[in-house]
Amino acid sequence: MTLQNCLILAFILFAIGTWGVLRRRHMVGMLISIEIMLNAANINFISFAYFKAADATAGALFSIFVIAVTACEMAIALAIVITMYRRHHSLDVNQLRDLHE
Amino acid sequence: MNDFASHSYWILLLPFLSFLINGLYLCRKDRKSAGILSIVLNGCAMVYAIVLAVQYFQSGMAPGKVLAWEYSFLPFTETLIASVGMLLDPLSVMMLVVVTVISFLVNIYSMGYMREDLSSGRFFSLLSFFSFSMLGLVIATNVFQMYFFWELVGVASYMLIGFWYHKPSAVSASKQAFILTRFADSFFLLGIVLVSYVVGSFDFSVLNALEPATAAFSGMIDLGFCDISRSGALVLGSILIFTGGWGKSAMFPMHIWLPNAMEGPTPVSSIIHSATMVVAGVYLVARLFPFFAACEGTLNLIMVVGCFTAIFAAVIACTQKDIKRILAYSTLSQLGYMMFALGACTVVGENTINTLGYTASTFHIFTHAFFKCMLFLVAGSLIHQVHSNDLDAMGGLGKKMPWTYWSSLIACLAISGVPPFSGFFSKDEILLSAFQNGHVIVFGVALFTSGLTAFYMFRLFFLAFHGEPRSAGVAHAHEDKAMTFPIVMLAIPSLGAGYFGKEIFARYFTPGMLQVPLATPMEHAAWVPFAAAGVAIVGIAIAWLFYARPYANVKHALDTENRSALYKVVYHKFYFDEGYYAIVREFLFGGIAASAKWFDDYIIGGLVKLVCVICQKAGSLVRYLQSGYLTFYIGTLIVGVLLWRYLGNLPV
Repeated sequence: MTLQNCLILAFILFAIGTWGVLRRRHMVGMLISIEIMLNAANINFISFAYFKAADATAGALFSIFVIAVTACEMAIALAIVITMYRRHHSLDVNQLRDLHE
Repeated sequence: MNDFASHSYWILLLPFLSFLINGLYLCRKDRKSAGILSIVLNGCAMVYAIVLAVQYFQSGMAPGKVLAWEYSFLPFTETLIASVGMLLDPLSVMMLVVVTVISFLVNIYSMGYMREDLSSGRFFSLLSFFSFSMLGLVIATNVFQMYFFWELVGVASYMLIGFWYHKPSAVSASKQAFILTRFADSFFLLGIVLVSYVVGSFDFSVLNALEPATAAFSGMIDLGFCDISRSGALVLGSILIFTGGWGKSAMFPMHIWLPNAMEGPTPVSSIIHSATMVVAGVYLVARLFPFFAACEGTLNLIMVVGCFTAIFAAVIACTQKDIKRILAYSTLSQLGYMMFALGACTVVGENTINTLGYTASTFHIFTHAFFKCMLFLVAGSLIHQVHSNDLDAMGGLGKKMPWTYWSSLIACLAISGVPPFSGFFSKDEILLSAFQNGHVIVFGVALFTSGLTAFYMFRLFFLAFHGEPRSAGVAHAHEDKAMTFPIVMLAIPSLGAGYFGKEIFARYFTPGMLQVPLATPMEHAAWVPFAAAGVAIVGIAIAWLFYARPYANVKHALDTENRSALYKVVYHKFYFDEGYYAIVREFLFGGIAASAKWFDDYIIGGLVKLVCVICQKAGSLVRYLQSGYLTFYIGTLIVGVLLWRYLGNLPV
């Protein structure tokens, strides 16, 4: 296990997440993709901390912190998703174009 | 002079007050009291003017110029100041009296003539407005003030010709009159600008003091776009100024508006289009006479234009059937007389000029105002009774309207130039001046025109008053007191103004600075008066032979269909109206206006449309970015960040 392998994994995950955000039309799917991208970022944090830093705890703590914030963020995002569903009876982002009109 | 003269602005203010009160208040409330107010205020102005005239001529100032009052109005520069003032000299005092007297009498007449018209309040208001403007024109101390009131007079004329605005013919006539005179006035303004630039003053006293072969006439002057000699600039300026009078006095070829202006109410034709406003052109030339005389060639132009108009209009007047048109052409002809009399003055020596023509012309303004005004009032009276302008509907009115009959006989004799009526004296002097100054052709034409004048006036007279009635309207014609009174009043000056005015005019009416004794290089031609009177009597006799002798074929006289081609051409006024319309339609509307419209539509409008299209296209281009697709937003975000990363010169 080297730093390079870890970074490649993170890159692949991030690419998958980006692809998902761009291609997914379902809102929940997009949220999951965003989650994947965040995880890729977390892997980056941890791997740099593990291989490079003198003290790995700082990087690990930071990623835990990110996970906690992400959880809060997800709670809010899901609340929005539910409201959207109630209002439009659909979660297809291509149909949610009220601001366009 | 004295307090009385320095308060003479009341002569202007009284008609103006009448205009304001009638126009703003009375014309909606009570049209009868509007008329009475108009009569009273104009009467006061008349009394003031007459007393002023008497004082002026008795005070010993008489041939001199008096500035009754003057205020500076528009100071353009330190020296070039347009002021408003009141100039009293024999000419302006004479015109003050003429305008106020005629305005007063016409107001009385209008009480009768406009009795049935529901908007007569407006009529009286406008009539007073006209009097005010005309008086302002007459008393002008400088050419700028004159131009100012000149335009006001034009507006008043426009509004009064189109007074019956429900008649399309009246509307088009008023537009025609306004546009044509305005066209001429634009040259007048150009002339004022040019002359005041060269001379550096608007004042009549300065302009009239210019003498040929002095500093004012030598050297070059820069006009901004070209250099021109001073004398050339002044001659050009004087011709431009004369063009203003050319249009206002309806000289050929700008004459067509005057006969068409007869669409207005008859009192308007009487005061504006015969006695006062159309004389303004002649008045302008008389006022600036020394200036015109100093500019070489201008007087000759004036003479030719006037002379041609005189005979041209007289020929047309011989064939017309509409009595107001006959009188209109007769006015044109008489205005031509006044013009050429002014132009006929010739320089006879060093700084001296034979001014008999000036005297004669101003004298003719004076006498003509009364008898022509009265003839129009008579025409209005007849029209009011038989409800038609055409001679076809008249005949035999003499028995029904005796006062009118005798008064108009006096006026017809006066205009024909039969002694001892007023027109004889002035017309005789005009002929004499043409003869003395050696203009033989002009003299001949004028003498012939004099005969024509007698002929067409008595044609009108005989056909209207003598013979058998030709319509049912004649049977119940009667005389209206309010309308007959001014007619009879005007008969008095028509009869006596010539005999009593002759002395005053010969003594006082010589143009200001060039005051020379009536130096007549030729001996007084004693036979001229006899020739003039003889020609007039021959004209009357021919008219009698054609139209009033027992068994005269009146029916043939009024027939316009079965006539020779020449008669038809004259009857249709040499097709000048048609020619003008053709020019206006084909050249102005079809040529200039159409190409201007094309330019506006395609070049100006095209530019505007192009700007519009560019904005729209740019807008819809930006609009495509706001698609509403989340994917697109995120995609652009990512691409943007990447571009920023690599193109933004960030540290690696």
